[in-house]
Amino acid sequence: MNRLALFLMAVPLAAGQTTVIRNATVLTVTKGTFQGSILIRDGKIVEAGEKVLVPDGARVIDAGGQFVMPGIIDCHSHIAADSINEGAVAVSSMVGIEDVINPDDIDIYRALAGGVTTANILHGSANPIGGKCQVMKMRWGKDAQGLIFEGAMPGIKFALGENVKRSGSPGNGFGASPGLRYPASRMGVEDVIREALTEARAYQKEWRDYQAKLDRHEQAIPPRRDLKLEPLVEVLEGKRYVHAHCYRADEILMLLRVADDFGFKIRTLQHVLEGYKVAKEIAAHGAGASTFSDWWAYKAEAFDAIPYNAAIMVRKGVLVSLNSDSAELMRHLNTEAAKAMKYGGLNETEALSLVTINPAKQLGIENRVGSIEPGKDADLAVFDKHPLSNYAKVEKVFIDGELYFDREKDLEERPGKEARKKALIDKQKAQEKKERKKPEATEDKKNEEPGGVR
Amino acid sequence: MSPVRTVTEPRPSRSGVFPKAVKPLITHPPATQMYYHASLSKRAMKHLIAMLLAAASLTYAQAPGPIALRGARVVTVSGPVLEKGTVLLRNGLIEAVGENVDLPKDAWVMDAQGATVYPGLIDALSTVGLPETPAQPATPRTETSATPATPRFGANEPAMPVQQGPEFRPFTTTWVRAADLLNPADRRVEETRSAGFSSVVTFPSSGIFAGEGAFLNLSGEKQGRMVVTSPAGQYVTLTSHGFGTYPGSLMGVIAYIRQVSLDADHYKLELQAYASHPVGQKRPNYDRAVEGLLESPRLLLPADDAKQLDRMIRFAAELKRPAVLYGGHQAYKIADRVAKSGVPLLISLKWPEKPKDADPDQEESFRTLELRDRAPSSPAALEKAGARFAFYSGGTAAKDVRKALKRAVDAGLTEAAAVRALTLSAAEIYGVADRVGSIEPGKIANLLVVKGSLFDEKAKIQYIFIDGAKYEPIPETPPPGDREGRAAPGGVE
Repeated sequence: MNRLALFLMAVPLAAGQTTVIRNATVLTVTKGTFQGSILIRDGKIVEAGEKVLVPDGARVIDAGGQFVMPGIIDCHSHIAADSINEGAVAVSSMVGIEDVINPDDIDIYRALAGGVTTANILHGSANPIGGKCQVMKMRWGKDAQGLIFEGAMPGIKFALGENVKRSGSPGNGFGASPGLRYPASRMGVEDVIREALTEARAYQKEWRDYQAKLDRHEQAIPPRRDLKLEPLVEVLEGKRYVHAHCYRADEILMLLRVADDFGFKIRTLQHVLEGYKVAKEIAAHGAGASTFSDWWAYKAEAFDAIPYNAAIMVRKGVLVSLNSDSAELMRHLNTEAAKAMKYGGLNETEALSLVTINPAKQLGIENRVGSIEPGKDADLAVFDKHPLSNYAKVEKVFIDGELYFDREKDLEERPGKEARKKALIDKQKAQEKKERKKPEATEDKKNEEPGGVR
Repeated sequence: MSPVRTVTEPRPSRSGVFPKAVKPLITHPPATQMYYHASLSKRAMKHLIAMLLAAASLTYAQAPGPIALRGARVVTVSGPVLEKGTVLLRNGLIEAVGENVDLPKDAWVMDAQGATVYPGLIDALSTVGLPETPAQPATPRTETSATPATPRFGANEPAMPVQQGPEFRPFTTTWVRAADLLNPADRRVEETRSAGFSSVVTFPSSGIFAGEGAFLNLSGEKQGRMVVTSPAGQYVTLTSHGFGTYPGSLMGVIAYIRQVSLDADHYKLELQAYASHPVGQKRPNYDRAVEGLLESPRLLLPADDAKQLDRMIRFAAELKRPAVLYGGHQAYKIADRVAKSGVPLLISLKWPEKPKDADPDQEESFRTLELRDRAPSSPAALEKAGARFAFYSGGTAAKDVRKALKRAVDAGLTEAAAVRALTLSAAEIYGVADRVGSIEPGKIANLLVVKGSLFDEKAKIQYIFIDGAKYEPIPETPPPGDREGRAAPGGVE
């Protein structure tokens, strides 16, 4: 590292490109915990250790008494999108969150303030096969494209159980739909998924035949592109991850069987509240599980949920993460992780993994984020106390080495923002007052000038 | 997103061919129909008008003599402003414009000293001239497609059956043409004209693909005479129709538009392949939805705030179809991006207002307040960035358009750019700049004559020339009930 430090000293660098966070307790998650510093350059972690040389011109942030952990990753969120559910069709794989990213959603900033730097934004759970997901970084202030986690594996939402079969809500559950949309039972859910994947296989063959014709130099026009089936072909070919909303053990096993039959893997089971009952089978399939810490009994299919779910699945060898599925819960996923220590006795690192490296692996972005290691993106959350403490607050959040949240700055800017708002209110009130007076004036004018066109 | 466009309550029907509001339209030359009106009773006049309408082709065949507007300030838009210029009109066209124009002996010379002559204004997005209740094209519902031809989902409409994918072409009437549905007697024709507009670009406005627009001259004469060009484009909304229908979400609507666009490309390939070797080939299905899309020279896509503008600029590029955006109130935030994209933007002159029924105790968000404050600065920002833009009334009553325009000028838009946006830029966006939008020899004689400056609210509009015929604005009378007409297109929020 000395060589690197010398190199850095020799080359004058623009301020801001190089940052050192020092005197912190660094929770790397994958490489232990130590008192030391993190060197960031060009948005990447260059070095993390007890002794790190500070290059000339580097911005130095003293984090004495503070705790730095990898930016939190939420594997299941619905923020920052202008629409979530395309629900009238049983298969809505033609839609995607990518088309409706809302970079103005204040929940992005609030998630940042909770230490979240990356989130998987999913389609809702209205139908067995939902829309395409989008992995995003919480780069508050950037436009829609600027939020996209470049290079992340594409994903798609599947959903099972009560939400998709919609029995018991004819005509009033989801608007004035005349009668139920198929499927109306868990059997139907399986049928819809199998049918869609069978269709996708046929579509895949259509394109392969076309390609074969071209290879034989025959004339052919390409098949009609079908936006519903294209993502499903990607699923079959392992190019798109399936994130499947599920609750009950029976439906979990059903989905794993379907995937085995069609020769692909379910990447994550989402919610998966009865996962502890079939953890071995989940591990054998190779699916990840992204669950809640301690939500249960909020609907019939959640009656068998237990707060030990995450810990039991971890012990059975499942790759487990904890997610929010809620803009509010998203702001304190660190304490959600802490609950897995109380319920199930995970150690600190295992608990932190549930909201950092594990969801990173589930989303296929672990080479970029999820731990504090040289070469990874400098996505960091700085807490004033140990992040697994109830009393911990986020002080600063970095994404790609850039400071996106700073508690101090936020507090400092509040009076100025209030003042700007008040100025606007006053200005518009004054205008309203002026306009209230106006109509009389125009009346007068009308009398003077009949036929005047204004 | 706004709900389905509301259709205003039906008004009492009017008798006769012409609405009562229509007063003598053509006050001068030549000695054709209107000369008689003073000496005729109202009823007799009605008969006369009906008769003349019947003989309309004859009337139009009789070319009016040349008219010269002399000594006016002429804002040509395409060239320099002439401080003391003359414009000579003949046969509905501009024959000459300049400081020294030789006037033919038979010219009717109007002394226009103190007046300013502009090209007739163009409302770049409108429903003026369309029937107040959208016509139902003769396409009955069938068992295979329950999609109504012109979907309107009021309380009495049966809801869409669920589980219908893009192949059912929901909320799609690409093939409906504004030019085929014109009602020259639409009261708003005269109202809009009286506010200085010689032209509007009118679109069917209901559904996702609402239909094909037409560039119209507001002569209020025969349908066929009003159309300058058709189709002028395809009006697209991103309105979703609720959870129980497909598409029921914004992303569903976007995906649907993308699929129809892809289908159109494929349809073309299929037809070409079939046309070259029909023998022994499977015949492609006829698809009126993509037919309508394919014949539309451009798509009009809604985009009001910065994220929508960004989204639709990207979407237009992805669709590889010429596009025009409409809305644009937050363009001040990303004017450079709009300029760089080259995609033209139609800005609604209906600036955001505080809702009339707003709770006075409810504090509004900073974003709402800021948008309301800064929206009128969008045109100025676009001018500075070099973006292509035009204006549309967007539901602003015709008589209030100048007031709305003034707010844009007060926020930094130059008067020259404001005039251009209302004339030549709109003509360029719709590909008719060779015919309208500026005062040049050979162009259609669409002119606006203002006693003073268009930007002086007190300055009266004297005349509007359309196809060389002179119109005077109607005297403003208190509105009998709803004078605003039905909801205009272009609402994007």
